[in-house]
Amino acid sequence: MSVFILRRLLQSALVMVAMAMIVFFGVHLVGDPVYMFVTPDMDQQDIENVTRALGLDRPIWEQFWLFIANALSGNLGQSFIFGEPALGLIIQRMPATLELAFAALLMAVVIGIPLGLYAGLYPDSLASRTIMAGSIVGFSLPTFWVGIMMIMVFAVMLGWLPSTGRGDTVDVFGIQLSFLTLDGLRHLALPALNLALLKISLVIRLTRAGTREAMLQDYIKFARAKGLSRSRIVGVHLLKNILIPVVTVLGLEFGSLIAFSVVTETIFAWPGMGKLLIESIQQLDRPIIVAYLMMIVFLFVVINLVVDILYSVLDPRVRLGDRGQ
Amino acid sequence: MASTETPAGGAAPVRPALDTPFRRFLSDFTDSRLAVLAAILLVTIIILAVFAPWLAPQNPYDLAVVSIFDARLPPGSQSMDGVTFWLGTDGAGRDLLSAIIYGLRISLSVGVASAIIALTVGMIVGLLAAYAGGRIEGLIMRIVDIQLSLPAVLIALILLAILGKGIDKIIIALVIAQWAYYARTVRASALVERRREYVEAAACLGLSHARIVFRHILPNCIAPLIVVGTVQTAHAIALEATLSFLGVGLPQTEPSLGLLISNGFEYMLSGKYWIAVFPGVALLITIVTINIVGDQLRDVLNPRLQK
Amino acid sequence: MKSARTPLARALMGAACAIVAFSAPAAAEDLVIGLDSEATSIDPHFHNLGPNNQLGFMMFDRLANPDERQNFKPGLAVSWKPIDSTTWEFKLREGVKFHDGSDFNADDVICTFERAPNVPNSPAGFGTYIKGKTFEKIDDFTVHVKTEAPYPVMVNDLGNVAIISNETGCNGTTEAFNSGEAAAGTGPYKFAEYVPGDRIVLEANPDYWGEKPIWDKVTLKPIKSGPSRVAALLAGDVDIINGVPTTDIETLKGRDNVALSQGVSNRVIYLHLDHFRENSPFVKANGGGDIKNPLQDLRVRQAISKAISRELIRDRVMEGLAIPAGQLLPEGFFGVSENLKAEAYDVEGAKALLAEAGLPDGFELTIHGPNDRYLNDAKIAEAIAQMLTRAGIKTAVETMPRSVYFTRASTGADGLPEFSLILVGWGAGSGEASSPLRALIASFDNDKGMGTANRGRYSNPEVDKLIEDALSEVDDEKRAGLLAKATEVAIGDLAIIPIHYQVNTWASRKGLKYIPRTDEYTVAYGVLKD
Repeated sequence: MSVFILRRLLQSALVMVAMAMIVFFGVHLVGDPVYMFVTPDMDQQDIENVTRALGLDRPIWEQFWLFIANALSGNLGQSFIFGEPALGLIIQRMPATLELAFAALLMAVVIGIPLGLYAGLYPDSLASRTIMAGSIVGFSLPTFWVGIMMIMVFAVMLGWLPSTGRGDTVDVFGIQLSFLTLDGLRHLALPALNLALLKISLVIRLTRAGTREAMLQDYIKFARAKGLSRSRIVGVHLLKNILIPVVTVLGLEFGSLIAFSVVTETIFAWPGMGKLLIESIQQLDRPIIVAYLMMIVFLFVVINLVVDILYSVLDPRVRLGDRGQ
Repeated sequence: MASTETPAGGAAPVRPALDTPFRRFLSDFTDSRLAVLAAILLVTIIILAVFAPWLAPQNPYDLAVVSIFDARLPPGSQSMDGVTFWLGTDGAGRDLLSAIIYGLRISLSVGVASAIIALTVGMIVGLLAAYAGGRIEGLIMRIVDIQLSLPAVLIALILLAILGKGIDKIIIALVIAQWAYYARTVRASALVERRREYVEAAACLGLSHARIVFRHILPNCIAPLIVVGTVQTAHAIALEATLSFLGVGLPQTEPSLGLLISNGFEYMLSGKYWIAVFPGVALLITIVTINIVGDQLRDVLNPRLQK
Repeated sequence: MKSARTPLARALMGAACAIVAFSAPAAAEDLVIGLDSEATSIDPHFHNLGPNNQLGFMMFDRLANPDERQNFKPGLAVSWKPIDSTTWEFKLREGVKFHDGSDFNADDVICTFERAPNVPNSPAGFGTYIKGKTFEKIDDFTVHVKTEAPYPVMVNDLGNVAIISNETGCNGTTEAFNSGEAAAGTGPYKFAEYVPGDRIVLEANPDYWGEKPIWDKVTLKPIKSGPSRVAALLAGDVDIINGVPTTDIETLKGRDNVALSQGVSNRVIYLHLDHFRENSPFVKANGGGDIKNPLQDLRVRQAISKAISRELIRDRVMEGLAIPAGQLLPEGFFGVSENLKAEAYDVEGAKALLAEAGLPDGFELTIHGPNDRYLNDAKIAEAIAQMLTRAGIKTAVETMPRSVYFTRASTGADGLPEFSLILVGWGAGSGEASSPLRALIASFDNDKGMGTANRGRYSNPEVDKLIEDALSEVDDEKRAGLLAKATEVAIGDLAIIPIHYQVNTWASRKGLKYIPRTDEYTVAYGVLKD
């Protein structure tokens, strides 16, 4: 097992370097950031000064080596726009995004699993058909459209919830958290639901599929034959087995939650790192784009590893090790 | 496309055929009235999209026809030239009905084209991985993992920022963003097949690799591929809409449904509901019908399919 | 002589004093402003960028503060005048305290102008306004500024730079400003809290030397999406928003609980055409063949100008929020011409001119423009393309994000402007006509810093001479005349084709109103109670 983890870590390091190259050179194909920052009445001399100050006058290879050298010491570059370390800026906004993503994940599980279970246990009931139809619609709705609709209905028309921003936060070990205050929760509700919608549908479908399949399996039949109560069968045997795919997929989908928070954060003006990314793309703040992507890759590498290990704990049939040997 | 490829062997080995495989597929598919309705709607939408130039009242891309004079007219209004705009006009003065039909055409072609290309690429890579095994498989699946780690919307966003706007570019971006899903699906089902006795038997018989892969392994991967393909087509269409919303998708002059919605997004609060609502409804119907059909295909083609 | 630079400014100066006397004590009240952009730093010298300057306006003073019409009024300098042809004397205001309690004097001024051009990591600082000038402290409240040549627009330059304290600010890093540690100014509002991406909170400075602030606490919230911003106002989350999308104005007008404030900006939206290439990359003969660049022919330029209905763009694209433009700056600004009016729509005249130019069947053209920079920019480009197509010039549209657009439009073709016909805007930061004339009309000249945004490479020695003369003319009236004359010649030659001046809209809850600013900034002291 430790050999496996070591191998994966090594591979992951390679992946990070490859990604760094792709992202770094890719981002440098886009526009010339200097023209984003200079005021139009500056002359060529001023523009050259800015170019030099930002280090953009050097050849791209040199910029890349500098970047790698700095990255190894934990510095992913200075933001052009904010003049502060890019990684610091992202980390500063990460709690907001993570809070949003976890809230969405929680909603997906809390809403999705019971509905999916029901739809799987009683596949032919009207309620189940409604749930499944709803999940297809939920799957199909573009996030941005739903977001603005939510603002329209719940903030503007009904006035129940605030439309934008993060609200009051509480400082926990230096991290600002919204969900500990009522105001923060009210601000969190709409964006989290918006972000969760796709995942709720996904969880419903996964749970239903898992349930339907599991109900035909021998171990459930055996449990029934043993005379176990229905609630025990569903609550222990069934749930344990269908949780495997749900956990896997949700783990893998966590990255996509963070990605889609780009859209949600833009609409709800949620001060997270997704909003920072889209603004950085618009303003060609290359260091932030690169740092953000590097971090997402890193995050995934970690998540993947964790999911793999969890998998082996939940399902002993899956053995860690390189197949084919 | 589903109906013609299935008889090649998708469901056949799993259960004994009652009738011809195609007729059995049809009778299974028509089990759900919702799915039949969706299929009919989907065919209608495809016809509208394919024959848009003959069916749409106006060519919304012809700047000599579209007039800013007619901008933002409510449904049922008449243009200067006496044409009726049944669904109103958008901010640039395009007949919304025509713009939606042409938008459907663009959205569908983007979705289908990117799905087919991504499917082909993913299929080849996935088969290669499953059949080759060892280091090649490890390498390919690592790449697939990285690819899937960067969510499709992010990859497409960055790519389009680099590539610029245009239909070809968004298709490239969507293919790059989505091929890995197919590769993973194909590999997963190919792996199962590879261990089956008949493949081992074929190998013992000394059949060529190509023959084993394409005659024996591939047909068994087609069912899941079709299911993933329909879902991913719908996903591609939604993704294109999202990218347009974020301002990187297609050029303004030839708007897809997504772009029509994001244009209409500006009018959400202004009471000019039709500019955003009708394209939104069209997009929703398209994606929902594709998803319902895809759902039914999943149930029919392989009840044990998980993903 | 009090040396405010324009007659209007002199008149307003008196008014300003009167307002100061009027200011009434206000009840404790908070204000939340929803903004379409976010300041990237609290440090006023970090980046010469609209949102940052706007924030700086509230926290800091300049030697001269631009008012809502960009006329410079005494700020930390009570008066300024040239004492010889190359020296300006600024008399400083006495008895002013910084937010950190330190006193304001000439040392603060000297250190400000030393620091401003040299902020580390700054993507674009204030060096442009400071270079070529030497600052000298004469006594605690007198500063001399020397230049090599006569420099009439001194106050327009220095009025851009926020004065910081030599005790805390001048040695402060950008990070120290962002944490609030170094962020002491003399302005009506002082720093309270900065949460990047979410909010900046300011508090009233009760000791302000000028008109006392009426808001106790001001929260600035960036909400970049237009509809979201409007929704936030309607939901009561914010008290006032800027950059109201044109599409929502009609609805907001119908609401009882919303008040609108509108005002013209210093920004002209215009077309720049390829004047310098025989073969322009995006101009083709009908059917796609090569053609000698017809945009070099004045008659073709006139045809394009006549083919565009500026009224229609105003009504249909801008929902009334534009003023058809005939020159570089709206009426009332220093140095504009009184003789130039917006070109009237005349499609037949346009066709006749095309025929006269030997192009009776027109030609093919692509118009390029940004899609995230100016109000409705992409739609304006599309409307212009429609109109040109109707006049016989088959026009395609390509719009792109500004991150790509401006580089390509300036240097996309091996260091030269890439496009043939572009839609651009220009806001006159200095509030007078020399700004657009120097940047857009004067011949492109790297070394002199002229024509820096002349993306059509228009070049006319007569206009160049007029501009140069104006820039060294110290007499206001003569300078205004020279600037107006230069504008007339350039527009007569259609160096650029003006489309319209942007009109900006602020929306607030009932009971508030905003004094619209031509520089488009949103500042707390401009928000008044009815």
